[in-house]
Amino acid sequence: MDLSFNEDDIAFQQEVREFLATSLPQDVKERADRGLHPTKEGQVRWQKILNEKGWMAPNWPVEYGGTDWTITQKYIVSHEMGSVAAPQPMAFGVSMVGPVIYTFGNQEQKDKYLPRILNSEDWWCQGYSEPGSGSDLASLQTKAVRDGDHYVVNGQKIWTSYAQHADMIFCLVRTDSSVKAQEGISFLLIDMKTPGITIKPIYGLDKENSLNEVFFDDVRVPIENRIGEENKGWTYAKFLLGNERTGIARVARSKRQIARVREIAGTEKSEEGYLLEDPDFVRKLAKLEVDLMALEYTELRYLSMLSNGKKLSAEPSLLKIKGTEIQQRLTSLLVESLGMYGAPYEPERAYEGRNETPVGPDYANGPMAEHLYLRAATIYGGSNEIQRNIVSKMVLGL
Amino acid sequence: MDFELSDEQNLLKDSVERFVKDNYSPEARAKLTETELGFSRDHWKTMAELGWLGLPFSEEVGGFGGTAVETMIMMESMGRGLVLEPFLTTVILGGGLVAEGGSAEQIESIIPEVIEGNMMLAFAYAEKQSRFNLNDVETSASKSGDGYVLNGHKAVVYHGTTANKIIVSARTSGASKDKNGISLFIVDNDAQGVSRRDYATIDGQRAADVVFENVSVKASALLGEEGAALPVIERVVERTIGALCAEAVGAMETANEITNEYMKQRKQFGIPIGKFQVLQHRMVDMFMEAEQSKSMSDMVAMKLELDDAAERSKAVSAVKAQVGQAAKFVGEQSIQLHGGMGMTDEYSIGHYFKRLTTIEMLFGNTDYHFKRFAALSA
Repeated sequence: MDLSFNEDDIAFQQEVREFLATSLPQDVKERADRGLHPTKEGQVRWQKILNEKGWMAPNWPVEYGGTDWTITQKYIVSHEMGSVAAPQPMAFGVSMVGPVIYTFGNQEQKDKYLPRILNSEDWWCQGYSEPGSGSDLASLQTKAVRDGDHYVVNGQKIWTSYAQHADMIFCLVRTDSSVKAQEGISFLLIDMKTPGITIKPIYGLDKENSLNEVFFDDVRVPIENRIGEENKGWTYAKFLLGNERTGIARVARSKRQIARVREIAGTEKSEEGYLLEDPDFVRKLAKLEVDLMALEYTELRYLSMLSNGKKLSAEPSLLKIKGTEIQQRLTSLLVESLGMYGAPYEPERAYEGRNETPVGPDYANGPMAEHLYLRAATIYGGSNEIQRNIVSKMVLGL
Repeated sequence: MDFELSDEQNLLKDSVERFVKDNYSPEARAKLTETELGFSRDHWKTMAELGWLGLPFSEEVGGFGGTAVETMIMMESMGRGLVLEPFLTTVILGGGLVAEGGSAEQIESIIPEVIEGNMMLAFAYAEKQSRFNLNDVETSASKSGDGYVLNGHKAVVYHGTTANKIIVSARTSGASKDKNGISLFIVDNDAQGVSRRDYATIDGQRAADVVFENVSVKASALLGEEGAALPVIERVVERTIGALCAEAVGAMETANEITNEYMKQRKQFGIPIGKFQVLQHRMVDMFMEAEQSKSMSDMVAMKLELDDAAERSKAVSAVKAQVGQAAKFVGEQSIQLHGGMGMTDEYSIGHYFKRLTTIEMLFGNTDYHFKRFAALSA
């Protein structure tokens, strides 16, 4: 047992710091630090810089472009990126569909899609949820019917994050309705430019458009765009969900949020003195910091187990549950620390063509937008209640 | 960065777990708690023979050179069976104070005896008014000839009942809450002027209120530098907190196993109660608390020997606060999920609840450590 960094780690940490200091674009950093949705252009620009450095997909096997970092190195990178508010690569390509492709895809699919993910040539989105299928994902109804060497897809997906930016969507579709729900699902990769796809924006609680509805109307998808076997899509979907857990705790980001709370609460006045001196506020912040530490060391302990060849069952669901609870408590505390300036709010597009910045202190721009948007954190990726069901069944055997 | 145990450490873990399995069935433990002593001298001898009593001491003081990680391993396994022998008070706390602050003579005369299982120690620090403040000391030690005279009342001295020597914090100068002016003295339990009121504690252990009335000790009883004991006390108490949190992890994990098993057995409305989602989610929350406590306990075991005092102390308070909350939640919910069965003293779960309750309070409760953590973070 050892928490210390060796000389190589310290040198590596220095390299990461220097890279971030010289390469992270200021505008990208600022949006990310405020907690605003990325712009497509900014996010792609940053991801291309990461890819040039070879750091786009640390968790991938080396043969596909991974880094072969130790867990300590991964910890260092995520910690350093978090502390300067460097955005992580969009998860849909590199963390979600990428591993499905290199694990279950054929050679042609690997050759075609993996380099484009690494170099951010394809922006991916996720076609899972449907109006009638949220937590009960396997009940999905979007149909894909074989017609020669194509599938014809009809149906609707919903809550599709950043579909308006996307070049590709990975989709769960029903290819057999006569069997048990889980056994008739296939996993398709669909080009968003295919005729018959319509995107309709959903304006969220933050009054921004990050979520969408995606409609499929006789969309013809070549069968070579199917991952693995027909009707085995649920297996790949489960793999994806399991794989998604690393990094889902977002510890480094939450550490940065703690620092932001300190900055704001050290500036804002309380009834007496600064907010950061108010015992009730201090207690809430201390509890958050301790809870975050417990999450951080649990994540590290699990990573350590995995890298030593031990198997975990659904324990990492804990990371999702606790990580998202902490993210929400943090944005709540950020908003709280703004006092009355937590109330004024307009979405970004309201400022277009207006020679004005948002009302209130500069740091008031961001927390409410993120607070509103992050209510989704305990809902997406398998709601926290579903995660508890999974732990109960898989770990506790109840 | 690595959380895995070495082969040797795994052997140690197996060995302590085997001891607990062989000797600490709920029935065997219940019997021990009913004896006057409250634990088994035979077990203590076994622990000495297995080298456990010497493991936490460095080789410089004659120990076997284990680290806080070995202590964590032993305490976690002992927590699984709610072991009653005074390992924590004698070895980690009392022995720790001697090893940390003692003179060569004191170390030579005490540590080997502790390691061989011939001597037990206790630490009398708390007072009626002190709550969790280690530097709130009113017990006085005044110079008299070439020695000192001690007067004062020490509260809830764990295993003060059986310790051969009691290490006492007393004020040699300054006002009652000053950080300077606190000294440590090694006092024979049967010294003239020492009187005790012995009692059982809710967690099945033994403790005493100890009154010192004009107790004369020689200058050689002074442990460390006169008036400068607080840093030594804080250092050793931090290690003790680490050990205590490891014990809590073992106790929580076991309480969860017992409760989980009960949920599979107990039927109501025709099905096992573990099929009810509201109880499943409660059990998952209990599991998550124990998991996070394990991570924090491992973390602090690795940080306890850090030279950076601020980071070390922050880590200690973070762990105690987190484990304190978890211990309360797991302990209380274990009773709740057992229903009426949880209310009986005969069934094992209540004893885990009781020990977890005292662990939350010992060496500063959750509130105390949140405050300390916040003060160290400011």
